[in-house]
Parts: sequence; structure tokens; C-alpha cells
Amino acid sequence: MRFVLAVATLGLAAVSLRGQAPQSAPAADSCRTCHAIFEDRLGQAVRESSEDVHWLRGLSCVACHGGDPAEEEAEKAMDPRKGYIGVPRRAEIPRLCARCHSDAAFVRGYNPSLRTDQLAQYRTSVHGQRLAQGDTRAAVCTDCHGIHNIRPAASPVSRVHPLRIPETCAACHSDAERMKGYKIPTAQLDEYRASVHFQALEGGDLSAPTCATCHGNHGAAPPGVASVERVCGTCHVFQEQLFDQSPHKGPWQVMGLAPCLACHSNHRIEATSDALLGAGEASLCARCHSEGDNGWKESLDMHARLSQLQAQLGQAEAVLRKAERAGMEVGEGFLTATNAREQLIKGRVEVHAFNAGRVGKVVDDGAKLAAQAQEAGEEALRELGVRRKGLGLSLIAIGVVVLALWLLIRELEGSRARPPETR
Amino acid sequence: MPRVFAQIRRWYDERFGDELLAFLRKKQVPRHRHSVWYYLGGMTLFLFLLQVATGILLLLYYRPSPGEAFESVQFIMTKVRFGWLIRGIHAWAGNLLIFTAMLHMFSTFFLKAYRKPRELTWVSGCLLFVLFLGFGFSGYLLPWNELAFFATKVGTEMMAVVPLIGKWLVVVFRGGEEVTGATLTRFFGFHVAILPLLTTLLLTVHLYLVQYFGMSVPPGIERAYRGSPQPLPAHPFFPNFLLRDLMGWYLALGVLAALAALDPWELGVKADAFAPTPAGIRPEWYFLFLFQTLKLLPAKLLWIEGEQFGVLLSGAAALFWVLVPFLDREPEGRTGRLFTALGATVVVYIIGMTLWGWRG
Repeated sequence: MRFVLAVATLGLAAVSLRGQAPQSAPAADSCRTCHAIFEDRLGQAVRESSEDVHWLRGLSCVACHGGDPAEEEAEKAMDPRKGYIGVPRRAEIPRLCARCHSDAAFVRGYNPSLRTDQLAQYRTSVHGQRLAQGDTRAAVCTDCHGIHNIRPAASPVSRVHPLRIPETCAACHSDAERMKGYKIPTAQLDEYRASVHFQALEGGDLSAPTCATCHGNHGAAPPGVASVERVCGTCHVFQEQLFDQSPHKGPWQVMGLAPCLACHSNHRIEATSDALLGAGEASLCARCHSEGDNGWKESLDMHARLSQLQAQLGQAEAVLRKAERAGMEVGEGFLTATNAREQLIKGRVEVHAFNAGRVGKVVDDGAKLAAQAQEAGEEALRELGVRRKGLGLSLIAIGVVVLALWLLIRELEGSRARPPETR
Repeated sequence: MPRVFAQIRRWYDERFGDELLAFLRKKQVPRHRHSVWYYLGGMTLFLFLLQVATGILLLLYYRPSPGEAFESVQFIMTKVRFGWLIRGIHAWAGNLLIFTAMLHMFSTFFLKAYRKPRELTWVSGCLLFVLFLGFGFSGYLLPWNELAFFATKVGTEMMAVVPLIGKWLVVVFRGGEEVTGATLTRFFGFHVAILPLLTTLLLTVHLYLVQYFGMSVPPGIERAYRGSPQPLPAHPFFPNFLLRDLMGWYLALGVLAALAALDPWELGVKADAFAPTPAGIRPEWYFLFLFQTLKLLPAKLLWIEGEQFGVLLSGAAALFWVLVPFLDREPEGRTGRLFTALGATVVVYIIGMTLWGWRG
């Protein structure tokens, strides 16, 4: 009965809200006037909300808590008959937020591009499903977005801004005590911080993957073995396509090995290098393949070709730099070297088809470009030598002319009395 | 071979007579302990003519548009036969030209050659120097590389502080609010048409005045020979002075060839208007003392902006410099210590500020 009443009062509040679409902070109301007096959490809500996105858009306490802010007396203002619900129960929070956020017509009045499927997504999430099972410790909207100080996701101080998402998720997921009952690891944040994704994020690339990129935000759930490849493929498109064509695809599916993760791990995705191929200590192929089998041979071949192009390119760039330091214009040579490096990168992507022939084809194109770049550098150094010889000859010729002029002047002035110079 | 020369000479004399050579032979150049400074004007003229010649050759390949300027200079430097040499000499000679013009101007100042009756020779020389600076400033942008782009941006921005017409000046020089392709086209126009035309006119006036008044003799030398029965030593302009001039020009050519071959003028990377301003942007060395002065000024000085104060002060100083012949009222033959001290201060200031700016 209490639940029905609460929903009904929330409905009333929502109806009253729909009639208005204020876009600026509302006028002072009795909720804020009275609560501002409190120094404890009752007053903190008022102080925190001054920058809250809802408050700034004209939505006041009544939008969530109900009641009548026009009444000056506390009993009348917080009268349940006027829709007052007090502090919403955790289990009710998703539906409370969804009253507005799932109403496309209402949301359009504030932010037409804001999605309105958050509740539907949330219900599919592990959080939402656990909440539905009665686990009130499961995350609800306020755990991620905050309560009275909710900021737009694009704001750098928002708890769901890309730079802050790892810490926001880790607030619960790194809490061993809290996670004890769920039997899931708590080292994700530390692992993520050791990953290339975090390095990119820390370097200011806001498009770098965070927790929500792979797990979803409102519909957060582990991707599962079957969908991992698609999740990684949203960014690593070519790698996904190539893996689908690779000889690993079928057997791994049968073995229940998650594509991508089997080699690159999940949260701790470290920077790749050619050493992950071949037979060295860091080789990932060597974990499954044994010396002499086909996979082993392919891996050695791919490693050799990529390493060779890398070395060739390094040599070409060194020659170009030497010519550049000598003052020669080798911009075109560097451009060719950049194209060769792109081929090297393409070759490294091609590795995901696990076919040395395909890698070799790309690498060969790169090798041709690297050879051209090297030739451009060597040509510049040869030209430098020619210039220096030419300069030497020119200076000799100039010296001869200057000497001849000097002798001519001497002869001219020697033939007549040399005019004396003054002191 | 000498017979061929004799025939040509006869052919010329039959038609035009011996007047020009006779005039050049008759023209005398004084010889004294300061006469080495007389060669700086000729050296500057030689470098200017070299700029005209190499500039015309560069024009055969250069394309003044943002999409092609950098690439065309790169083409000149890498694909055109001796293009690297022509571009190298053009870039180095441009700098050397400003250096010799500066030396010529200061030697004229310290030897008091600007005094009556050569006031207009001085004024025309100062204006020529300003035009040479204009050549340097406009030519710097033409390769359309990153450094030039941002240096031009900073340089033209400074014009905005000129009272009343500052904003208008910026738009006129940039061909809009920002440094764009329009600026490049405009600077190209200044560099190859407007400035050469003005320089040719002024140079003609300057050379005519030099010719008309003859070489000035420093006050100290003149004083020493005043009343002396022995006349001031001199030698003919042709061939004695001209042959010495030629020696200097050949040496300059050798220096330029060495600079172009051993220290080629860098092209850098292509300008990108959306790239962040690279660190350590500074103008060419001849603007460095001004740049450093403006950097040192506080944000607010008296009742105006520091930068505006600096630009106005520089303008006033330049005007004072041009008007020096009319302000120096020392009697003829007097060295005039006040102006010598003033000139020395200016030289020390320019060298000091340039070195400071260079070290960053």
C-alpha cells in the first residue's frame, strides 16, 4: 500500500512538472530556506545543489521529494498528502529518475539529444537485475551520478566524465568488503591503470576506452566470451575483421577461449610489440604453439618480416636525419618514410589474420618505400658532397679573380705615383 | 682577344664618344684612414642586385598560394638544378644585405656624412633601409613554413597597437582578420612588385644624390687638411675604386656560396593554421631588438598599454633617426660628441637587446 502511495505521489509530482519547463534556477522556496539553516546533511543537500544540473535548469527539491515549497510551515510543506515522499528508497530511485528521464516529450524540453532509455537499459544490467531481485546494495542512478550535485556528463567535475569513470566504478568494484558477496575480483582499477587505454586517457584522449566503453553504462554487464570480439571491434574494426578470417576463429570458439582477451587480457591491456610474435620470452604464440608446428612457423615468419621492416625503416630514418642535420631538404624522403611506417602499422594489424603471407605482402610494400626513403637520404648526402666540392672549386676561382684584381690594382697604382694616405 | 675589345671600344666611341668613361675617370674618391667605409654602400648595392637576379630566378618556379608555396620552394631546393644554391644565396644575401645596409647607415652616422648638404641622401638612405626591412619581413612568409607563419602572425599583430589606424593596418597587411592565403598573396605582391618599384625609385634618387654631392669627408680629416697646402689624397672612381669594389663583391659572393653550401637555409615544416604556436617563436635577427624591447615592457606603462608604448616609442625613435641631419646643429668641421655618444648608445642597445633576444 505504501509503495502504491509513493508511486501515486511521484506521479502527481511528475504531472505537475510536465506542465512547466523552466530553464533557469527556480525562485527561493521554503525547502531551501529551511534546510539551509541545518549544518548537517540536511543542509548539505542545499549547499551541494547550487551547481546541480537539475537545479540550474529550474528543477527544485519538489521534483524528486514532492511536497509544497510554497508553504512556510514544515508540516504543511512536507505533507504526504501533497506528494511529499521524504528520502526516496534505494529500490525506488531508478524509477524516480525515470519519471522524467524516460519521458521523451519532457526531456526534449531540456535536452533533445539526451537518451531516454536509461531505465530500460538499467533493467538489463547486472545492477538492475540484482536490484530487481531485492539486492539494495546494487548500484542505482545516484551511486554513479551523485545525489544533489549531479553535473552534465560532459563536465570535467561530473562523476561520469570519461576521466572520472574509472574511479566512480572503482568506488564499489575496488571495495573488497562490498564485493565479497558477489565473488568478483577487485583489482580492475589497478589493472586498468596499467593498460594502454588508461595511458591514452591520462594523456588527454577522452575517446580512450573506460569501463563504460566495454561494459556499457546504464546496461553495465560483462561482455561475455561470445561478444568480447564485437566489443573490442567497435574501435579495433580491422583486427576484428581479420580475426574472423583467421584459423583461430573456429577452434577458439570450440575451446571457449575469448577472442582478443586470450592474448591481450581484459583490463590490463598492455602496449603491443613485435616481440609478442616469434619464439622469444614475450611471445604469446609460444604459449599454445610448440616448436615446429604450423602456427609456430607462421609466428616466426611474421615476426621476422615485421622486425626486418622495422630495422630497415630505422636505418632509412637515420640516413634522412643525418642529411637533415647537414641542412639538406629531405622532407619528401621523410614523407616516404612515414608511408613506409604506415605499412609497418598495417602489417602489425594484419597479424590478426595469423597468416604470414598476408603480413608479408604488406611488409614488402613497406620495404619498397623504406628503400626509397633510404635512397632519398643517401642521394641528399651524395648531393651534399657534390656541393662541397663545387664550393671548393668556386672558392678557388673566386680567389684567383680576387688575386688578379689585386694585382691589377697594384699594377695600375704602381705605374703612377701612389697617392699618400692620411694619418 | 684584345683586338676584339679594341674593336668594340672603337664601335662604342664612334657612336657615343668617350664621355661616360671620362666622367668616371674624372670622378675622384677621397683616400684616408676611414675610406674603407665607402665600400659598404657599393656592397649593399651589389647584394641588392644579387637579390633581384636570384629573386627573378626563384620566380620561375615559386607559386604564391598556401597549397603550393611550401611545395614549390621544396621543389626548387630538391629538384631544380642549382635551385638550392639560388634559394640559399637569396635567403643569405637578404640577411647580409640588411647587415651591410646597417653598417653603411651607422658608418655614415658616425662619420657625420649626413650633414649639410647631404641631408636628403641620409633621408633617402634611411627610407631605403626601411624598404629592405620590408623585403625581409614580406619574404620571410613566402616559403609558407610554420616558423614564418607564426612569426608573421606575431609581427602583424603588433601593428594593431598603432593608435587609430592599428586595426585597419592589420587588415590591410593580412588581407583579412587572420594570417591566411590572402596574406601570402599580399606579401608576395609587396615583395615582388610594390617594394621593388619603391626601392628602384628611391635607389635612383639616393645614387643620384651620392653622385651629385660626391663622397663626404669626415670632419676630423677635413679639419686636418683645412688650410694645408697639400690637397686631400684621392683616387679615380674608375678604375681604382671600382676594382676594389669588385674585389669586395667577389669576396661577398664567395662568402654567400659557402653559406649556401655549408649551412643551407632551412625550409622547416609546412605552415598549419590549426597547429598550436610552436615554442620560442621569434622574428628575424634584425627585428629581435625591437621584439625584446616589447617583451620587457610592463603590461601597463603610464596611461597606455606597454606594447603600445613600445611601438609608439620605436616609431618616434625611428623618426628622430631619419631627422638627425636637421637636428644636429654642430658647425661644419666639428665632430659633434653628443650625436656620436647617442649613436654609440643606439649601437650598444641594439647589439645588447639582439643578443638577449637571441639567448631567449
